[in-house]
Amino acid sequence: MAINIKQLTKEFSDPLSIGITSGHRLCPGCAAPMTVKMALMVAKHLGYEVVVGLATGCLEVSTTIYPYTAWSIPYIHNAFENAASTIAGVETAYRALKKKGKLPVDKPIKFIAFAGDGGTYDIGLQALSGAVERNHNFLYILYDNEGYMNTGNQRSGSTPPGSETTTAPVGKAIPGKLQLKKNIVEIVAAHENVYAATATVGEPFDYMNKVEKALKFEGPSFIAVLSPCVRFWRIPEDAAPSITKLAVETKYWPLYEVEKGVYRITKKPRSFKPIREFIEKQGRFRNLLKHPDADRIISELQDYVDKRWERLLALEEATRDKPAR
Amino acid sequence: MSERILLQGNEACALGAIRAGCRFYAGYPITPSSEIAEVMARELPKIGGVFIQMEDELASAAAIIGASLAGVKAMTATSGPGFSLMQEAIGYACMAETPVVFVDVQRGGPSTGLPTRPGQGDIMQARWGTHGDHPIITLYPSTVEEVYELIIEAFNLAEEFRNPVIFLMDEVLGHIRESVTLPPDEDIEIISRKSDEEFEEAEEIFLPFEERENVEVIPLAKMGKTRFHVTGLVHDESGFPVGTSNIAGKLLRRLENKIRLHADRIIKYEEFMVKDAEILVIAYGSVARSALRAVKMARLDDIPVGLFRPITIWPFPFKRLKELSKHISGVVVAEMNLGQVAREVSRVFKSRQHFELVSRVDGELISPSEILDAITKMYAGMTEF
Repeated sequence: MAINIKQLTKEFSDPLSIGITSGHRLCPGCAAPMTVKMALMVAKHLGYEVVVGLATGCLEVSTTIYPYTAWSIPYIHNAFENAASTIAGVETAYRALKKKGKLPVDKPIKFIAFAGDGGTYDIGLQALSGAVERNHNFLYILYDNEGYMNTGNQRSGSTPPGSETTTAPVGKAIPGKLQLKKNIVEIVAAHENVYAATATVGEPFDYMNKVEKALKFEGPSFIAVLSPCVRFWRIPEDAAPSITKLAVETKYWPLYEVEKGVYRITKKPRSFKPIREFIEKQGRFRNLLKHPDADRIISELQDYVDKRWERLLALEEATRDKPAR
Repeated sequence: MSERILLQGNEACALGAIRAGCRFYAGYPITPSSEIAEVMARELPKIGGVFIQMEDELASAAAIIGASLAGVKAMTATSGPGFSLMQEAIGYACMAETPVVFVDVQRGGPSTGLPTRPGQGDIMQARWGTHGDHPIITLYPSTVEEVYELIIEAFNLAEEFRNPVIFLMDEVLGHIRESVTLPPDEDIEIISRKSDEEFEEAEEIFLPFEERENVEVIPLAKMGKTRFHVTGLVHDESGFPVGTSNIAGKLLRRLENKIRLHADRIIKYEEFMVKDAEILVIAYGSVARSALRAVKMARLDDIPVGLFRPITIWPFPFKRLKELSKHISGVVVAEMNLGQVAREVSRVFKSRQHFELVSRVDGELISPSEILDAITKMYAGMTEF
């Protein structure tokens, strides 16, 4: 399927038909609902019915404010750490219903879990790993805004070094968070029989193509979507698409996929911009830029993303036509 | 003179903990307790302390136990859902007799519940949340100033009894801002970890879980001084696991006695106009403030009513309530749960006709007028005949 925006706009002219509607309470410019909307449009376009599971987080609290809901499809929220376990249970239940003849066997139903980085990199990692290992047929979409934004900007395992958060403040003694963010796609890709990819809202076609691939994949699939929080990245409300485009162009967020161990880079910019450009555009790095160690920290980050890119190219080369199974 | 400053309950908790000597904080963000972590993240590095944000509450609870065994005063803070996840570690800390402080800023529950609203539904979880019979101390202040003073007491009790202390707050208390006079140094007593001088001289194998005559609390081993074996299994006096029933029974009874035999030293409460009271209002935490107002208003109408505010929730102040029960005819318990403390109180006031529970579980603080209504109705019922 080549995704055609015009066609999608026409197809989903009724806002209730997408699965998530407007009127939710997420901040203006938040990338999380874009992440959801694009994924659901692809799923519906492909003829699937969708059941969603959510982890606790901004997306969950802001789309389900009593007595309203922004979801027009089956929805389950359980707790913070168990979106993957919950959707695994739901997927199993539907399989059982089909087996018992209570649902038509050929009914195309897909199960999508949405969770933020706190519920994925940190507290939910064990649940995600377990569900992938048990080979449940589900898609897990991570909207990665690089911090605990729902509770007011605390650092997470996904927060980049030097980013200002309330629990890793940039100060004289410590220049903010010192550790690099986890490479979550590598963690998921290390399981057997899995599709794992990065994507971002600034590259919608790349993202939607990956959603299609993930939904058609026989087994668990995972897409990590870089999804800015305009509030705590301290960026303008309209900046989520451009800033994430820049993330790709600076090698901060390379777009690639790993299908059964085979690496493929899905976007190779002709030229790259320095990481400093990505950092300078965001208020969350303002205090880092004023810090005496700023140049060293930024050049280390540049070195890191350069090396990671080279490594990705090498992995792509080395794994070509060599799936793990 | 001490200065007067404006503090939020959560800030007071963090600053009081630092004053008590806490130098290690491991935690995980959760509303309405996150400000405690934020203050710790800002302040601890300045004084050589350590703040770590962990990947979840299981890890946070385990980290503070590790830090405490290494010799540092340590704490974590959370709210209901996170407190549930910490229960396994709380049991471990009881078994391994580790001094640690767990702060639970309560919100509406169960499950994700009402994240931004107050609740008092964790009273029984604080007592019985972890499995097995175990000793526990639970404190619950009701003003910002008291938060500051009582968190210091929480650390003191943890060290003195080598036991985890649960420090309960609620969303109202965590987020309210009040003018506070911080106590001067000479008014603050800080209990540091006991060390075993005899042992240090003798340099024998140290027995950190030894049963000694008339001593329930044995000093902890000093880091680097001896081999120290810690386990959540039933263990003998050296700390090594054993499965024999006589040792298991003895151990559990000694743990229980640590708190039971010293309940008088631990238990704190506050009373207001109880001397001539016929009706006793019992409330704690932020609800106690509404209750105090209600009692004052009722007294203006010449209703003989008094307030009893347990500050120590566990062990529960049964003894004092039994004394009071001699001249009390009616009891009003006000709490933001479905009667968790009222059930304990009813064990003392079993035969009383007049027993009223003012309860809210809708995320709203109980107002003085709701409590006053209950008092007035009860008094009318008592004087009818």
